Amino acid sequence: MKILNYRLVIFILSIIFGVVFAMPSFLQTETGKKISLGLDLQGGLHMLLGVQTDEAVTSKIKTLATSIKYFAEDEEILIEDLSFKDDIINFVVLDSDEVSKVDAMLAEIQGLDIQVSEDLTYNITLQPAQIALTKDLAVAQAVETIRNRLDQFGLAEPTVIRQGAEDIVVELPGIKTAADEKAARELISKPAHLELMEVDEDRADQVFTMSVSQAAEYGDIILEKSDGSGEKFLVKEIPILNGSQITDAQVAFDQANQPIINFVLNSSGAKIFGDFTARSVGKRLAVVLDGKVYSAPNINERIGGGRGQISGGFTVVEAGNVAIALRSGALPASVKMLEKRSVGPSLGADSIQASMLALILGFVLVIIFMVLYYGLAGVIANIALVTNIFILIAVMAMFGATLTLPGMAGIVLTVGMAVDANVIINERVRELLRAGMSIPKAIEDGYSNAMRAILDANITTLLVAVILYVYGTGPIKGFAVTISIGILASMLTAILGTHGIYDALLPKINKSKNLRKWFGIK
Amino acid sequence: MVWYKIMELFKTDTIYNFMAKRLPFLGLSGLLVIAALTLLLTKGLNFGIDFAGGTIVQVKYEQKAPIKQIRSILNAKAEYKNSTITEFGTPEEVIIRITGSSADLATDIGDTVSALLKPTGKFEVRRVDMVGPKVGGELREKGLMALGLSLLVILIYVSFRFEWRFAVASIFALVHDVTIALGMISLFGVDVNLDILAAILTILGYSLNDTIIVFDRIREGVQKSHKSVLEEVVNESVSRTLSRTTLTSLTTFFVVITLFIFGGEIIHGFAFTMLVGVVVGTYSSIFVAASFLVQLKFSVADFRVKEAEKLKRQKEKDKMRAMYEQGTV
Repeated sequence: MKILNYRLVIFILSIIFGVVFAMPSFLQTETGKKISLGLDLQGGLHMLLGVQTDEAVTSKIKTLATSIKYFAEDEEILIEDLSFKDDIINFVVLDSDEVSKVDAMLAEIQGLDIQVSEDLTYNITLQPAQIALTKDLAVAQAVETIRNRLDQFGLAEPTVIRQGAEDIVVELPGIKTAADEKAARELISKPAHLELMEVDEDRADQVFTMSVSQAAEYGDIILEKSDGSGEKFLVKEIPILNGSQITDAQVAFDQANQPIINFVLNSSGAKIFGDFTARSVGKRLAVVLDGKVYSAPNINERIGGGRGQISGGFTVVEAGNVAIALRSGALPASVKMLEKRSVGPSLGADSIQASMLALILGFVLVIIFMVLYYGLAGVIANIALVTNIFILIAVMAMFGATLTLPGMAGIVLTVGMAVDANVIINERVRELLRAGMSIPKAIEDGYSNAMRAILDANITTLLVAVILYVYGTGPIKGFAVTISIGILASMLTAILGTHGIYDALLPKINKSKNLRKWFGIK
Repeated sequence: MVWYKIMELFKTDTIYNFMAKRLPFLGLSGLLVIAALTLLLTKGLNFGIDFAGGTIVQVKYEQKAPIKQIRSILNAKAEYKNSTITEFGTPEEVIIRITGSSADLATDIGDTVSALLKPTGKFEVRRVDMVGPKVGGELREKGLMALGLSLLVILIYVSFRFEWRFAVASIFALVHDVTIALGMISLFGVDVNLDILAAILTILGYSLNDTIIVFDRIREGVQKSHKSVLEEVVNESVSRTLSRTTLTSLTTFFVVITLFIFGGEIIHGFAFTMLVGVVVGTYSSIFVAASFLVQLKFSVADFRVKEAEKLKRQKEKDKMRAMYEQGTV
């Protein structure tokens, strides 16, 4: 007697696979791959952020202007009217003998479109390919920066991934309270753009009467003090240095026990800073963070060593956040919130409870129904159904898929639809038995007759699921994945598996000839 | 025992004359579709924030939620004037829908609203969902794409596996199901979000499942049956699959109804849509899809000729191959 047939062997292997790999998820063990709960079930914050990449291009142009300015001052080349507007840098070289030096310097920078008119006016823009590259890098850098900040913030398992050309998905399962959420949002959104700027001492006293456009004529901009006192500063638009040259930033306390932030510049930053302070003794240096002046100390002597500090009425928490932001680098461009979903942990718990109840109840109803209607054939179908659920959980765990609310609905549906194959097969077998066919032949033909319909039906559902996956977002993808795996698993369990069981039991069924017990018919 | 009788609800040897009544069935379906379309055109769909953009704040109070007070506080603010407040599942819980959204990470509508509602009693903000206009537009576009593409892929697949009339009839049945489901969604004012789209697409797959099972039987009947009048073949096939269609619908209905009753408020819209879809989908695959096929004047004789030709070609191919293989061995 041949009990072990190939179908049964495959089925038993898949049962073992399902049970072994589903166990960590069922028992929520410490080790092993298991399904993690989606944000809608465990609570947390999901955000879709849009990077304003145009700003990154502007800031690149600004940095370029800064280095041209530094180069000209360092080499003592006389240039005039250095300005940038609409992402174009303009300046005039006064001495035609020095054109070659300027050209050599610009030639070292890649991706520039340079036009020089006869009166030695330079007109510099970025090449389109360079602009695209800059935008691309900006998004990549924003992802990196946000990830660094969140890691340092100490949240459990933050996910930061790029989506499409300009968007970033941030998922924070660890967020439990509104205050935590607010802190995280502020940390992410802080541009942390530090600039050290030169106060225009020649016109500083006119700052309250000057308009923005008047200031622009002198290459100046007007910035406000951070403390909201209304104090204004007239500073040179092109900064001396920016935060990209910071290597470290730490919170410290000054003599009055107020929190301040000490920062350290890298070597090239330290040199630029040293050179500038040496040249500018008696003038003021504005420490500008995100467009606000925090302090503007007098320069008394050359400052070497590349150390500086930001003070200006921080709270301890704020100072900590600014230090994290400075350490992890500035955002290359600001980010906007395109979509946000935040679920409180209590709601997540409610959702799990409700959908679990529905899942188990629906499952039990189907199982009872199948036994009542089909007798032992129903029991065999139920074995396949239970295995199906195990395989579904196991595969999801292996891929590290998350279980979301729509995913739960997907499982519920899989339960409803996975029995379909067995209903089709059983109805076919019954039909053939009623027609007076022998049991082995009825099973064989029943399966082959049912096969075509089941395949066509499953393939079309699978096609719809794939489309849903491609065009869906987040939770909908979860739903698509669940029903796809469910359908594929049902081919293994409901078709191959049950057939294997029948093949193994055939001698017994043949002997008993009790169609009522086995197939629920007279 | 009594349940042994229940075990054979359907005798497969009974053949019902469905096709004699096909015009009344099609008429009923036509009426339902027209009613649904009228609802969709007049009342329209109640698009939720996923597609329309906006913000929802779900708040749970420790006592019964003071909806009137919440409304008067929010309506006093210009930016929340258009917000709607509705009970959500239990009297303690409310959903506040706000048409605006904030793109600034540092300021959050959820925070502002919860600050405004401080005087209304003790509560917990359980959910804040915000969808900006750009994402809403994108989701709408993708949703329509998914729906259109699904129909197209089904059309191609069914044409390939069966015949074009089968494909057209199944698409008719699907459009019928989806339209009626959307009509019900409109009638009951269900918020149309991504989950509803997923439900609609699932209905599509589910109803198609049923239709294909019936069509598969018709195809088999056309090939094997001695009858050559289409109506008779169809009657036979639909009757033979009746037990399966009803049983599967029943099991699916069981799980969807438990989801509807016990699944919680958040999944309600999804379960509702599925519930409508299961009922309409079952009806359409028994009564509508095959009726369409008959109306499209599918010819049994032509199909047999075609199939015979296909078989002949296959046989010739096999023969050629056999000869070729013999020649080379």
